[in-house]
Amino acid sequence: MEPMPKWADLVLVPVVGLVLAFIVSGLMIIATGHDPKEAVKLMVEGSVGSTYAWGFTLYYATNFIFTGLAVAVAFHAAMFNIGGEGQAALGGLGVALVCLFIPWPHWTLALLGATAAGAAFGALWATLPAWLQARRGSHIVITTIMFNFIAAALLNYVLVNVLRPAGAMDPATAKFPEATHLPALSDWLNAIGIPFAARTPANVTLFIALIACVLVYLLIWRTRLGFEIRSLGKSEPAAVYGGISPVKIIMISMMLSGGLAGLMAINNVMGEAERLVLNSVEGAGFIGIAVALMGRSHPIGILFAALLFGALYQGGAELGLWTQIPRELVIVIQALVILFTGALDQMIRMFVGKLFAMRRKAEV
Amino acid sequence: MDFLTIIQILDSTVRLATPLLLACLAGLFSERAGIFDIGLEGKMLAAAFASASVAYLATPGWGSLAVWAGLLAGIFASVLLSLLHGLASITFRGNQLISGVAINFLASGLTVLIGLSVFRLGGRTPALTDGGRFESVSLPFSGALGDIPLFGPIYVELLSGHTILVYVAMLFVPLSWFVLFRTRFGLRLRAVGENPAAVDTAGISVVRLRYTAVILCGVLCGIAGAYLATGLAAGFVKEMSAGRGFIALAALIFAKWRPVQALGATLLFGLLEAISNRYPNIDLPASVLIVVLVVLAATLLFAGRKSKLDLSVLGGVAAILMAIALWIITTTGIGGTSTLPSQFMQALPYILTVIILAGFVGKAIPPRAGGQPYVKER
Repeated sequence: MEPMPKWADLVLVPVVGLVLAFIVSGLMIIATGHDPKEAVKLMVEGSVGSTYAWGFTLYYATNFIFTGLAVAVAFHAAMFNIGGEGQAALGGLGVALVCLFIPWPHWTLALLGATAAGAAFGALWATLPAWLQARRGSHIVITTIMFNFIAAALLNYVLVNVLRPAGAMDPATAKFPEATHLPALSDWLNAIGIPFAARTPANVTLFIALIACVLVYLLIWRTRLGFEIRSLGKSEPAAVYGGISPVKIIMISMMLSGGLAGLMAINNVMGEAERLVLNSVEGAGFIGIAVALMGRSHPIGILFAALLFGALYQGGAELGLWTQIPRELVIVIQALVILFTGALDQMIRMFVGKLFAMRRKAEV
Repeated sequence: MDFLTIIQILDSTVRLATPLLLACLAGLFSERAGIFDIGLEGKMLAAAFASASVAYLATPGWGSLAVWAGLLAGIFASVLLSLLHGLASITFRGNQLISGVAINFLASGLTVLIGLSVFRLGGRTPALTDGGRFESVSLPFSGALGDIPLFGPIYVELLSGHTILVYVAMLFVPLSWFVLFRTRFGLRLRAVGENPAAVDTAGISVVRLRYTAVILCGVLCGIAGAYLATGLAAGFVKEMSAGRGFIALAALIFAKWRPVQALGATLLFGLLEAISNRYPNIDLPASVLIVVLVVLAATLLFAGRKSKLDLSVLGGVAAILMAIALWIITTTGIGGTSTLPSQFMQALPYILTVIILAGFVGKAIPPRAGGQPYVKER
């Protein structure tokens, strides 16, 4: 393959993929008889045009940062964790239990407790697939898919038969007590004089997501464990030769991954819904795959990709609200992003590589 | 439970197993050729939508042929997605799993997007009328033979009265076996999934074989999807594949990538679905449940005795099982009856697959070159 500069590999290739995904989506909007210009305008205004819109975009982005980081950490160990959906759902169960049954005096303490519980439940849900991969060689992709379905059934059972308050109709827990309610982002921003629309779901969990980005960066590139994770991901025989235990690293990286996915619950369950409902994850676990691919498994890339998908998600909701274009358009865009930046990555790489080769030839 | 109830449950087992069987055989061809396919779900969904739409639109003009036009449209849609999967995973040597994920989302989004813009019914297609659906076929003499005890009801209720696609799916089982294990093409297809370099050395095109397998997979998934929308139901509903593609994948592993066993596995999963449809809650004596849980926990501890890691993971699962047992004892008592929740029945296919994957009940070994793109040496 033709060599290309590192920046092209890291930035240009995903951006070309993204542009292709958008072009194809635009063609689909035209094909279904709508005006793509109008759609883009509405989506941009609806997602970043006002602080109200940002309040939703940042909320969705927070979810996607967690699930994106989750997929990325596993990717570094060459594990493909499709189980973010189930792990986040279990994280939600952990957060709900902690919020409902421990009388917290203040939200800061509740947040600490919920963080621990969400991460622990998510990590535990990833443990069994991790162990099956590490010790029994069962493919992690299949087992995590299976665990998504098992998680859905489990949550369904728990919400309908155990945690539903007596007399309530919908399968959901009771409302969490007042002391566990997290401050909205608008509360903090307004307090320091920045006007920000109230009644938006963005909350302080955003800062935890940013801290998680930094911690994941430090872990993967600045610690011995991170080195071991990356070594195993690059070449298992080389890692084994270097004295790294694949079993240990697979277990640790998958549990970290599950824990990160579980952390999402403090945003959507504790921060927004303030109770646990059925299907609370709403596909964020899968969007994490697109985010991690787009962001090249690097926290900075993931941050931008999560913002992009947050805006897409919010913009898509606006589209569904004001036009005939359904919000499922976002699923199509998400699919195309996964396709072009993930599966057809090689195609774009070959294309970009050829461009660079042509330029070099022209210079000579 | 009387004889007729059993027959009725088995009858719905056959109906529910058919889409699973077709999708499972689809996955069989693809994975035997070394192309992992977690996009079965998406292809089924796309096919279901295409077949229902075309069958509905063709009903006024084509009459009873409309359903066949629908079937062809379903196969076409599914093969199109298969070719996309082939392009990504064979030609451009991309990650097959990621491509499969993309295809699932593409189908899930596009079916609603197109469905809304064509029919404006919130993502559904209009209900199909007579010409747009597969009619049930009565096997010969089903009127005359119905009175014979035992055999009569089995013949009339269970074997007769399905749509043609059910019988087609059943025929595909021996046919797949024959193609895969008794023809030159089958031998090569299996070889390309185990050791593509050897096939290449023999002067046979790896790319062409794999594309053929992927297209076959698309055709079978297309029939599965068409059956969902025009056989089992009367029209397309949003997300109507409802995880069946993944259950088919589970059945494929359960069957260890063999056609006849695939029939067994899909019938088993169909039976589970039929039972949970008919009896949402199953009552069992609590004592039986407790004994099962304790035995399972003990087995897990025994299996994990050799290493600390195994013991802690399996011990954790065992502890959860024991906690459930304790909970049953305290809430219903040993003498009482406890109810198996319907959610457990729904999760059972997935749980069984995980157990099979764990290799405790015979190891499931996938084709050796599965998931790896083939790079010819230069």
